[in-house]
Amino acid sequence: MSRYIATHAIRGANAIVTEAEVMLKRALEELGPDTPVQFPNTAYYLPFIYSMTGIKVEKLSDLQPVLEHAKSLLHPVPRNKLWTPYLGETLDSGMATLFAEEIIEGIRFAYHLQPELMRGLSLSGCTTYTDYPSGNGHGGNGKGNGTVNLEGRGHLNGPIDDIQLRSWGIQLVDGRMPGFAAIVGRAKSNEVAVKIVRELQQRNILIFLSGNVNGKSIIHQLMEEGVEMGYDTYIVPFGTDTISAIYPLGFAVRSALTFGGLKGGQAREILEYNRDRVFAFVLALGEVDDLKYATAAGAINFGFPVIADTIIPEILPTGITTYEHVISMPFNEIPGKDDLERATRLVQKCIEVRGVKVRVAEVPVPVPYGSAFEGEVVRRRDMRIEFGGKYSRAFEYLYMVENLEDVDDGKVTVVGPGIETVEEGGHMDMGIIVKVAGRKMQKDFEPVLERQIHDFINAASGVQHIGQRDIAWLRISKTAWEKGFRLEHFGKILHARFHADFGTIVDKVEVTIYTDPEELEKWLAKAREAYDFRNRRLANLTDESVDVFYSCTLCQSFAPDHVCVVSPERLGLCGAYNWLDCKASYEINPTGPNQPIPLGTKIDPVKGYWTGINAYAEKASHGTVEQVAMYSIMENPMTACGCFECIVMVIPEANGVMVVSREDSSMTPAGMKFSTLAGMVGGGVQTPGVMGIGKFYLTSPKFISADGGFKRVVWMSSFLKETMAAELQAVAEREGDPDLISKIADERSVTTVEELVAWLEEHNHPALTMPPIF
Amino acid sequence: MAKKKRTPQERTIDPAVQKMLEIAEQMAISTAFDRADMLAPCPIGADGLCCKNCSMGPCRLVKEGDRGICGATVSTIQARNFARMVAAGAAAHSDHGRDLVLTLKAAANGEAQGYEIRDVAKLVKLAKEAGIETNGRTKEEIANDLADYYLSLFGQQEGEILMTHRAPEVRQKIWREQGVMPRGIDREVVDTLHRTHIGDDQEAWHILQGAVRTALGDGWGGSMIATDVSDILFGIPAPNVSKINLGVLQEDMVNIVVHGHEPTLSAMLVAATQDPELIELAHSVGAKGINLAGICCTSNEILVRQGIPSVGNFLQQEVALITGAVEAMIVDVQCIMQSLGEISQHFHTELITTSPKVKIEGATHLEFDEHHALDQAKELVRRAIENFKNRKQVYIPKEVTEELVPGFSHEYIDYAMGGTYRGSFRPLNDAIAAGRLRGVAAIVGCNNPRTQQDSYHLYIAKKLLENDVLVVETGCSALASGKYGLLQGEAAMEYAGPGLREVCEALGIPPILHMGSCVDNSRILTVLSQMVAEGGIGDDISELPAVGLAPEWMSEKAISIGTYCMASGAYVIFGGHSPVRGSAKVSGSDKVARMMIEGWEETYGGKLEFVDDPDEMVRKTLEHIDKKRKALKLAEYDPSKFGRSGDRRIYQVPVDVPLAEREAYLYGGVPTEAAEATTKPAS
Repeated sequence: MSRYIATHAIRGANAIVTEAEVMLKRALEELGPDTPVQFPNTAYYLPFIYSMTGIKVEKLSDLQPVLEHAKSLLHPVPRNKLWTPYLGETLDSGMATLFAEEIIEGIRFAYHLQPELMRGLSLSGCTTYTDYPSGNGHGGNGKGNGTVNLEGRGHLNGPIDDIQLRSWGIQLVDGRMPGFAAIVGRAKSNEVAVKIVRELQQRNILIFLSGNVNGKSIIHQLMEEGVEMGYDTYIVPFGTDTISAIYPLGFAVRSALTFGGLKGGQAREILEYNRDRVFAFVLALGEVDDLKYATAAGAINFGFPVIADTIIPEILPTGITTYEHVISMPFNEIPGKDDLERATRLVQKCIEVRGVKVRVAEVPVPVPYGSAFEGEVVRRRDMRIEFGGKYSRAFEYLYMVENLEDVDDGKVTVVGPGIETVEEGGHMDMGIIVKVAGRKMQKDFEPVLERQIHDFINAASGVQHIGQRDIAWLRISKTAWEKGFRLEHFGKILHARFHADFGTIVDKVEVTIYTDPEELEKWLAKAREAYDFRNRRLANLTDESVDVFYSCTLCQSFAPDHVCVVSPERLGLCGAYNWLDCKASYEINPTGPNQPIPLGTKIDPVKGYWTGINAYAEKASHGTVEQVAMYSIMENPMTACGCFECIVMVIPEANGVMVVSREDSSMTPAGMKFSTLAGMVGGGVQTPGVMGIGKFYLTSPKFISADGGFKRVVWMSSFLKETMAAELQAVAEREGDPDLISKIADERSVTTVEELVAWLEEHNHPALTMPPIF
Repeated sequence: MAKKKRTPQERTIDPAVQKMLEIAEQMAISTAFDRADMLAPCPIGADGLCCKNCSMGPCRLVKEGDRGICGATVSTIQARNFARMVAAGAAAHSDHGRDLVLTLKAAANGEAQGYEIRDVAKLVKLAKEAGIETNGRTKEEIANDLADYYLSLFGQQEGEILMTHRAPEVRQKIWREQGVMPRGIDREVVDTLHRTHIGDDQEAWHILQGAVRTALGDGWGGSMIATDVSDILFGIPAPNVSKINLGVLQEDMVNIVVHGHEPTLSAMLVAATQDPELIELAHSVGAKGINLAGICCTSNEILVRQGIPSVGNFLQQEVALITGAVEAMIVDVQCIMQSLGEISQHFHTELITTSPKVKIEGATHLEFDEHHALDQAKELVRRAIENFKNRKQVYIPKEVTEELVPGFSHEYIDYAMGGTYRGSFRPLNDAIAAGRLRGVAAIVGCNNPRTQQDSYHLYIAKKLLENDVLVVETGCSALASGKYGLLQGEAAMEYAGPGLREVCEALGIPPILHMGSCVDNSRILTVLSQMVAEGGIGDDISELPAVGLAPEWMSEKAISIGTYCMASGAYVIFGGHSPVRGSAKVSGSDKVARMMIEGWEETYGGKLEFVDDPDEMVRKTLEHIDKKRKALKLAEYDPSKFGRSGDRRIYQVPVDVPLAEREAYLYGGVPTEAAEATTKPAS
C-alpha cells in the first residue's frame, strides 16, 4: 500500500461496513430474520462470504456473524506521523469491504432491489430472474403485484449465474478466454470507453462493469454509444455503484469452487487459486474515491492488480499480486497521437501488469476481431447482405491435398460477383472452399478443421455465422461493410487463423470464395460427396475400432485432479472435444493436454474397463481416481471438472436417470436445480449416480450402455429436447421405440419425483419395466 | 586508548548520555566509560592467548613455540576459551527460557498470581508441533503439557531438540552430518564445560564443533523457547508507538526503571503501576503519577508488547541513576553492572535485585516468586512511591527523547505482508529477487564502552539502508536505532535507498524492524527459515543474501548468538576486538580465527569474522550480499530501477475544487507543481 491508499481504503472500509450494519439492522426489523437471502442461480449461497468463511447465508439473520467478522477486520486509519504498518491492515479492511458489499447486495436482493434497473437497456444474454415481483418496477409489465420473468430488458445483469460461469468454463480453462477486466468508474470520454471495451473484446477478455464517477458510469457511456452488452458480447454490466463490484469477485471465487475442487472456507487456497489461475485485473477509470480504494484493496487479496487512468499512488513492489500491485497511468500522459491510441496502450499495460496470456492471431480484416464478437448478432435491419438462410444458399468445405506444391498459401480468390452487386439488405449464394496441405495433415482432420470455420468467421465484429457444411448462414452488417469488409476477408480470416491455431498440422492454406452460380453448383456437389463420406466414416468410428482413447487434461489448470477420457463414442464433457479433435490436438502439440492412452487389456466390455484407462486415470488424477467405467454411471463413473454441458443423475424411484442441461435453471425431480447439482459433480470427484457429460454423448450407443442405455432417460430438460430434436429422434428409433422422446418428462410437466413416477406410468415409459438400476 | 581519558563526545554519540557524563564528572561518580579509559584490557587475554582452566597455570602463550603446562597449543586454548564463552552465553539465554517455562507451568496450574495464558492460538500451534493433544482440552491443560514438554528438552539426553526441525531441511541435514544436532539444551552446555576442562578435548576444530552444538541448543532451543513462551504469556508483539531515551523519565512522577532481561516481573509491574490505589498513593506523596520505564532487554520485552518507554540501552543504566530521578531500579538478570549498587548510594534510588541468581552489594534483595507476583509487584511499586519524598536534586535531559515504532514479531511481519488472509513472506522474497531490496541484515548485540556508544550501530545501519538493505534489530542495537529516529516510518524517506523506500512505503514499516530482546534473535532464525520456505531465493539459509552484525558486542551471550547464527548458515560480523585474534609473534595463533572464517564457511556455509573498522564491516556485508545474489542468479542490484512508487504525486492534486477542475490534474499532463503550493495532504 501507500499510506495515502491505506488511509482512503481503511476509511472507505469503515464507512461501508457501517452502512452494511445499518442496512442489516433495518432489514432484520422490516423483513424479519428468516427472510431468504440469495443470488439467483448460484449454488454457492452468497459466494464471496461462503468461499471465505464457509458460512452458508440463506436468510437475513445468517448475515449477522458475517458482519461481525467484517468488523473484526477493520482498523483505524494510519497516523500522519509515526505511523504503524498498514499493508496487512489495509488488505484486511479490503476484505471487510467485500464482506460488507456482499451483505448489502444480499439485503438488496431480499428487498428485490437487485438487479439494478436501467431504462432503455437490453442485454444480449444475462442472468435469468424468474418469478420476480413486478411491484418494484422490475420487469416493466405494469401488472402490479404479480410475478414476472426479467428477460434482460430494463435492468443490469447483477451477479453472473453458475450456468454462465460453466458455459464460459472451457474457454476460461483452455486459455481462449484469458481473464477478466473489472472496470470501475467511467472513462474520460465515450469514445475512450468504447475503445477500451473493443480492445479488451479483441483479446477475448471478459469485461465486467460497475461503479461511476459523479453519477456517470461507463455503462451509461457504452449505452450512449450503442454498444451491445450482455453475456454474448463478453460485456457484463453489474451495477452503476462500486458496491456491485463484489459480483466480479464473486465470479472469481466461484471459478475456484467450480473448477478448482475447493470448498467454502478454504479462503487462502481460493485467493491463491485466483492469483495463480484467474487472470483478472481492476481498471479504475476516473477519480478514485474511498470506497473504490477499499474495494480495490479487497481485490488485491485475490492477486488482482489495480490500474488507474488517473494519478493515484503507485505500489510497485510485488508479492500479494504476481506483478505490481497498483499502477497509475494518467491518461493524458500515455504516449499516443490521440485518445484512442492512448486507450489501446492503457489496455496493453493492464494485460502486461497482470501477466495475462493473450493469444491473438493478427487477422488482417478492417473490423475488430476476437472471440468476444462471436456472440454478436447481426439483425436484419443492420444487415448489408446475407448468405444462406431462407433466401439463399451457403456452404463451406475444407479438404486436404497430399502435395504441398498444389496449395498456393495465402492466396484468396473470389470467383463470381462481389457484394456490391447486391442491394442493401439483400442476399446471394456463396461457397467457401478451403484447400490445405501439411506434412502432418490427415484426412481425418478435415472435419475437425472445417468445424473451426464457424468460430473463426464469427469472431469478426459485424459478421455473423451460424451452422456448418451446407446449412451455413452468414451475415455482414452495414457497419462492417462500411469499414471495408469484403468477400475476400473470409479467406484472409481463415488463412490467418488456421496458421495460428493449427500451424503444426497445416503448412499451407488457400481459400476460394465462389459466388459464380455454375462453379458453385459444381463445388457443392463435391462437398456433399465429402460430407456423406465423412458421415459414414464417423458412423464406423466406434470404440471397438480404435486402440487408443485420448486424455484431455485441458481443465487441469483449473481442476487439478480431474481427467477426461475421450473415446470415439464418448466426447468430452464440455462438448468441445471429440476423439478426432483430440487426435488432431495431439498432432498439433504432442506434449499437450490430449495424450493417446493405449487401451491395454479389456477387463469388462460391458461396463467399459481397460487396464490402460485405469492406469492412466490413477496417474493423471494424482491417485484420487483408481478406476473408470467408460459406460456406467453407477460404478466408477468418469469425473468432471465444471464445464459439463449436462448433468445425468439417477432417480431411484423412477428406475432411470434424468438429464439436466446447464441452460435449464428450473427445478428438477431430484429436488435440486442445475447449479446445486453441479456442486456435487465438479472438482474431479467420483460420485456414483451422478455424472457430467457433453450433450452429444446422449446420442451415442455407448451412453450409459452398461446401465441400460438411453432408455433409462426418464426426464430431460426441454431445452435439449428442442435443440437436439432430430438427433434424439434418431436415437429413439435406434433404440426401437420411435415415441420414446415423448415419453420422457421435462420441467414443463414434471418437477417432483411423485409427478415423475405418475408421468412415467401414464406414458408407459420403458424404464419402469427395466431391471432395477441399483 | 586506555591511557587517554575521552571526552563525553568521544565516549558516546548520544547527547543525553553526554550530558549525564558531564554531571557524573562533576559529582565524581565513576562510570563504565571512566573505567574503560583507566583500565586497559589484558592484551594476552584479549587475544585468547591465556589459559586459566587449571592451577598448573595460568599459562600465557606469548612467544613462538610456547605451550601450556599440559602441552596445550595456542589453538586449543583459543578454542576452549571461545567455547566456554558460548557455553556461558547459551546457559544465560536458556536458563531465562527455563524460568519462563516454569512460570507457564505455574500459570497453567493457577499458581502464578497475575499471569494468564494470553495467546491461545500460539499455544495451540506450539502444542501441535510438540504432538500434544489439543482437541477438547482447556488452555491450562495444554499449557501444562507444553511446559512439561519444554522442560524435558532441557534435560533431554538423546535425540534432537524439536525446534531445530523448523530450520530448512538442507540445514538439518548438515547438522546431522556434522554431529552438531543438539540433543538437549542443558546437556550441550555441560558437554562444552566438560570437554574444555583440563585434559579433555584438545583439538581446536573438535572443540569448536562442541561449541556449535551448544550454541544451536541455545538459538533453536533455549532462546526459542524463551521467545515462544513469552509470547504465550504476554502476547505476540505487534507494532506500537513509544518513546526512548533518558527524557522519558518524568520530573514530577515516581520513576521506576526495570533493567535486565526477563519479562516476567516487569509485566507484573506494568499491571501494578496502573493500579488506581497505587496511583492515588503516588498522588498523596506529591507525584503526578507513576512512570515505568526500562533499560536493556527487559525494556525491550515490555516495549515491543506494551509500548512501555525505554530509558535506553546497556550503557545508560548508570547514567539513569545519575539523573537522581529514579525512585527504584528493579533488576532481574544479565548485563546489570555491579557499579549500580555503588552509584545508587549517591542518590535516594533504591536498587532492588529480584532474581534468586543475582545479588549485588548495596542493593536491596527482594526475591521474586511468581506465585505471588502481582502482590510483590505492587509492593515494589509502593516502596518506590514511598521513596519519592527522599528525592534530592534531579537532572533529566528532558529534551532528549525520540519516538519509535517497535514490535515486529515474525508473526506480525507475516501479517504485515498480506493481512489475515494472504499473510506470507512472498513480498519480501519478491523484493529481494527483484533487487528492490539488495539483501537483509540483522544488526544485534550490545554496547561496549570501549567503542563510542551507538556510533557503530548507527553508522552501519545508515550505510546499509542507503544500499537498500532491509535491517532487523534486537537488543541494545535496536534501542540504539530507536534513539536516533531510525525506527520510524519516516526514516525510510530519509535514509533508505529507492528500492527499500518503496518496500517500506508499501508496507508502512520503518526501514529497521525492532524484533525484540536478545533472546528474540530466535525470531530472526524463524524469519530466515520462513524466507527459505517461501521459496525462490534458495533452499537454505546459507543461500540467502543476508548478513548478521554485532558491531559493539561485549557479552558471552553475543558470542553464543553469533555462533548459532553462523551454524544456521549466516555470515556473522562482529565489531571490536576478536577473542581469538592471536598474536603476530606466535605462529599458528591465527588458526582458530581462520577456522571460524574458512573452515566454518566450508562446513556450514556461514562464517564468523571479527572486523574492527565499520566501513570494512559495511563493505564486507555488501560484498557477501552481492555474492549470494549472484549465486542465486538474482537480478543484479541496480537502485536506479526503483523508487517510482509512492504518494508524492497524489498530494499535488488539488482537493477542494470541482471535479472537472480536479480532473484536469488527475488525468495528468498538467504540471502539478503549481497546484502543490495550494494544496495540503489529505488527512
